Amino acid sequence: MPNLVEIRDLRIEATSDAGNKLQIIKGVDLDIAAGEIVALIGESGSGKTTIALSLMGHTRRGCAITGGAIRLDGRDVVGMTERQRAALRGTEVAYVPQSAAAAFNPAVRLIDQVVEVTRIHRLMPMAEARKKAIELFRALALPDPDTIGQRYPHQVSGGQLQRLSAAMALIGGPKLVIFDEPTTALDVTTQIEVLRAFKSVMKAGGMAGVYVSHDLAVVAQIADRIVVLKGGEVQETGTTEQILHAPADAYTRELLSAFEPVAFARAQDIAPARVPVLEMSHVFAGYGPIGPDRMPHKLVLRDVSCRLDRGRNLGVIGESGSGKSTLARAMAGLLPPAGGKVLLDGALLEPAAHQRSKEELRRLQIVFQLADTALNPQRAIGDILGRPLGFYHGLRGGAKQARVAELLDMVRLPRSMIHRLPGELSGGQKQRVNLARALAANPEVILCDEVTSALDTVVAAAVIELLKELQRELDLSYVFISHDLSTVQAICDEVMVMSQGEVVDTLRADQLPDGARHPYSRLLFSSVPQLDPGWLDRVPLRAGV
Amino acid sequence: MNSQVLRLVMGRLGVAAVTLLIVSLVVFGATQMLPGDVAEILLGQAATPEAVAGLRQAMHLDQPALWQYGHWLWGLAQGDLGTSYANNMPVAQLIGGRLVNTLRLAAVTAAIAVPLALTLGITCAMYRGSLYDRVVSAGVIGVISVPEFMIATLAVLIFAVWLKWLPALSLGNDISSIGQMLRAFAMPVITLLCVICAQMIRMTRAAMISVLDSPYVEMALLKGASRPRMVLHHALPNAVGPIVNAVALSLSYLFGGVIIVETVFNYPGVARLMVDSVATRDLPLIQACAMIFCIGYLSLITFADVIAILSNPRLRK
Amino acid sequence: MAVSPLSMRRLGYHVTWTGILAALIVLFWAVIAIIGPSLMPHDPGEIVDFDYFGPMSKALWFGSDYLGRDMVSRILMGARYTVGISLAAVCLACASGALLGMTAAVTGGWFDTLLSRFLDALNSIPSKLFGLVMVAAVGSSIPVLILVLAVIYTPGSYRFARALAVNINTMDYVTVARARGERTPYLILHEILPNMTGPVLADIGLRFVFIVLLLSGLSFLGLGVQPPYADWGSLVRENIGGLPFGAPAVIIPSLAIASLTISVNLLIDNLPVKIRDRSA
Repeated sequence: MPNLVEIRDLRIEATSDAGNKLQIIKGVDLDIAAGEIVALIGESGSGKTTIALSLMGHTRRGCAITGGAIRLDGRDVVGMTERQRAALRGTEVAYVPQSAAAAFNPAVRLIDQVVEVTRIHRLMPMAEARKKAIELFRALALPDPDTIGQRYPHQVSGGQLQRLSAAMALIGGPKLVIFDEPTTALDVTTQIEVLRAFKSVMKAGGMAGVYVSHDLAVVAQIADRIVVLKGGEVQETGTTEQILHAPADAYTRELLSAFEPVAFARAQDIAPARVPVLEMSHVFAGYGPIGPDRMPHKLVLRDVSCRLDRGRNLGVIGESGSGKSTLARAMAGLLPPAGGKVLLDGALLEPAAHQRSKEELRRLQIVFQLADTALNPQRAIGDILGRPLGFYHGLRGGAKQARVAELLDMVRLPRSMIHRLPGELSGGQKQRVNLARALAANPEVILCDEVTSALDTVVAAAVIELLKELQRELDLSYVFISHDLSTVQAICDEVMVMSQGEVVDTLRADQLPDGARHPYSRLLFSSVPQLDPGWLDRVPLRAGV
Repeated sequence: MNSQVLRLVMGRLGVAAVTLLIVSLVVFGATQMLPGDVAEILLGQAATPEAVAGLRQAMHLDQPALWQYGHWLWGLAQGDLGTSYANNMPVAQLIGGRLVNTLRLAAVTAAIAVPLALTLGITCAMYRGSLYDRVVSAGVIGVISVPEFMIATLAVLIFAVWLKWLPALSLGNDISSIGQMLRAFAMPVITLLCVICAQMIRMTRAAMISVLDSPYVEMALLKGASRPRMVLHHALPNAVGPIVNAVALSLSYLFGGVIIVETVFNYPGVARLMVDSVATRDLPLIQACAMIFCIGYLSLITFADVIAILSNPRLRK
Repeated sequence: MAVSPLSMRRLGYHVTWTGILAALIVLFWAVIAIIGPSLMPHDPGEIVDFDYFGPMSKALWFGSDYLGRDMVSRILMGARYTVGISLAAVCLACASGALLGMTAAVTGGWFDTLLSRFLDALNSIPSKLFGLVMVAAVGSSIPVLILVLAVIYTPGSYRFARALAVNINTMDYVTVARARGERTPYLILHEILPNMTGPVLADIGLRFVFIVLLLSGLSFLGLGVQPPYADWGSLVRENIGGLPFGAPAVIIPSLAIASLTISVNLLIDNLPVKIRDRSA
């Protein structure tokens, strides 16, 4: 039997703003048999989404297929007219987008968007289409399947929208469904439910699928075969078992190694001092006007207390909206707490940064998630690092230059970077500069807000390693905020689990992840995908949280 | 209408009221900056100290500026636009008939410009980058880059001087037939149309493109929808707010346009009256005309904002 | 369509021929505004032709005006007024608008609310109407004209700059500077301003076009630059009588305005693009 999809020597070119042509897909071959789910895995810029979209004959603005063939069910997609392709989309091949929140038209009721494919291609009468849609809602475990379609997109949650978009893709009975990073934007506890729903409908329907993702553990749950991509080229293709257990390619092995658990082990055990270097007690903070109860209108942190001992690391973990980033902002005085105390080395800090002394500000530094927005794009690296040196330590001229060079050495960057602008650096390099700027202050505590989240796994691991080395050399203490359990596990002595602005659990590193007491932390930890393909089927269903 | 929408709409109306108050303060304040004593200037040669003092009292010029402002605003609210310095006639009487003329000109222009420009703007956005789009866009850049009087003189040159189809001046003689009226209107309307359409096409195209670039329109494409369906069913319902705003903003160029057009074509409208009164420094008349234009402009913008609020799907229940 | 000259490419910029042509015309008028008077073949006030509305000829390239004065000299003189007044006004408007906008964005609170409300109200007065009221009130000497035009276009430039600055203000690098303890002037000058110079310069260009158009419009109405001085708008006004014969005296100043404004617009749309490709 011939394959459902056969891609041969596919080449796609992008035209940049400046009019330069650039090949982004460099001769890719790919086969998908009927009913088979193939994962395209790779980091940002590997071309995985571009390939997936080309299966529908679609390229984004500025891109064009310049060579090769894409055969779908025996027909050549590349040579088709736009009208023929339109006839294909929704009926033969369907698409589940990365961000369902953006892909649903805000002005149209959900049910009308879900059944639109049947209307466009005149597949079945409206009443029947609606009935089928409701069946799909039920199969995808959506709440209130009979009525949820009557709502507008802004009235349902992100995880529900993602499942609704799957219903939208499946309604036309396609032979091939393309999932474009459909769970990347979701929190882990939501992701697991969405994955489970996807897996069950795909299995029941016997459809072929292309699952685009950067996350090997997610892909391992759902794919029969995995294609590893890098820079627009296929590195390795194999069954899921083979890729996970016997990778042939060096890059694949690198991807896998990022999943190996890094057990946190402190070199020597330091006896905790009596006075913690940073302490928060009963802190309340939030946004909006202050109400009559002297609390802000939208309260984010409720009665949060924590302590960080000198030379130790405190991890803060939680999903989006848990208040973990607000915690860092409250510590740094960027969002002055409405109640409670922040103490640095036992001394009370003023709530707002501008009320604190320069010396207090110097000792507590903050490093942000997105290195892109954390570095002023118009200033050279030397200026960026030089400013805190002048500001806090009054360094000038040659002394400043020498110190900047030292800082670059510390974060393992070449000294020649002094004259570069942030835009000329890679993501990992920017994050190192970001770190060096905090180090320039000679701080005692560094607040790390999701510092590795925006980095590709391999780069992120290197940054964590650097943080550990710096800690050994400079006697630093970190507050390490992340949504990702494995990164927190890799560096922290103690981990605090936050949910809806409250601390629900505090655990020592050696208690992770199985020692969790609170039901929410147990759910959170158990929802982190494992490389094992059988993981999804083994995890118990979310119960009573 | 749910309470959130109602609150937003009321808020918008409140902002418009505050804005109007500030505008009135600025208009009044500006005219207070006139160097010299108004009474002396008005009396000219006959400015004996007694006469000046008498006139100052009659015009309330001896009162504090804030009192004068309150007095003027109170009169304005009651429809009393004051008395012209130049010929001692009530301003309301001077403006009355001319306002109708100006409104007629604006209405005819808007009635043609809105459907024409919307069609061109939306189709340009649909076929972005095509030859059609490039030609229209180039024309638009050309028109918005030149002063209105150039469009007007060009229109005279082409239609009146070379082609001799239309009279260069409007309402010059009696108007007895509809044909004559059309001919009299033609030149001012053509000129205004060029100016308004160019602005409207540009803004509508931009508004439409930003909606067409959204992921949900790409999603419709990937569902196999045809281009008309993508535009009519997915893009337009979400572009109503931005497009109405674009229309209101470009209609505001009517205000600048009529000032030039009425002057060039000798059209007896309120804008021409205002230009003349600037030359004679007839302050009550200027103030009244300025307030009329500002109220017109503000109502337009506020109306567009209210439509945008009402059409926002995220506020639907 | 767009072939880039090699020299710019080597510097890492991509330019188009339209952009180069527009830049040359803008440059031409800028030079004329500076050195124009020394190139004048005749005194602009001197009557050199017995005929009025004379046609183009070898002696008088652009013909003569309604009094028989040399149009070449009058255009050269007009360039100084049109370009000079507009440039001064746009610099004033954009400098004050940008400064106020950045301060409002960084400070926030009452200062921001009140200033924004007030300037937005000014913005809702149609520009030509505002011009008429101001000219009626304070007259139209050249310094007053510059000031009036600047006041009219400050609210727009404020709104533009504030929107940009508000966006930049939410960037983490500004937050980092705040957490470091930096004060408002440092934030404005070192963190925010360098990141908005590009858009602000483009905005200056657009607003320059608006100001040229408004100034010409006012002069055309006889309310702008007053005799004996004359900008291009006044030249169109005084020679409008030549329109029925298509006299160069009315067409040339119109073309001068159009060439300047269209070129500035095209230049802004075709600014050199820094080449940023993933490879190469």
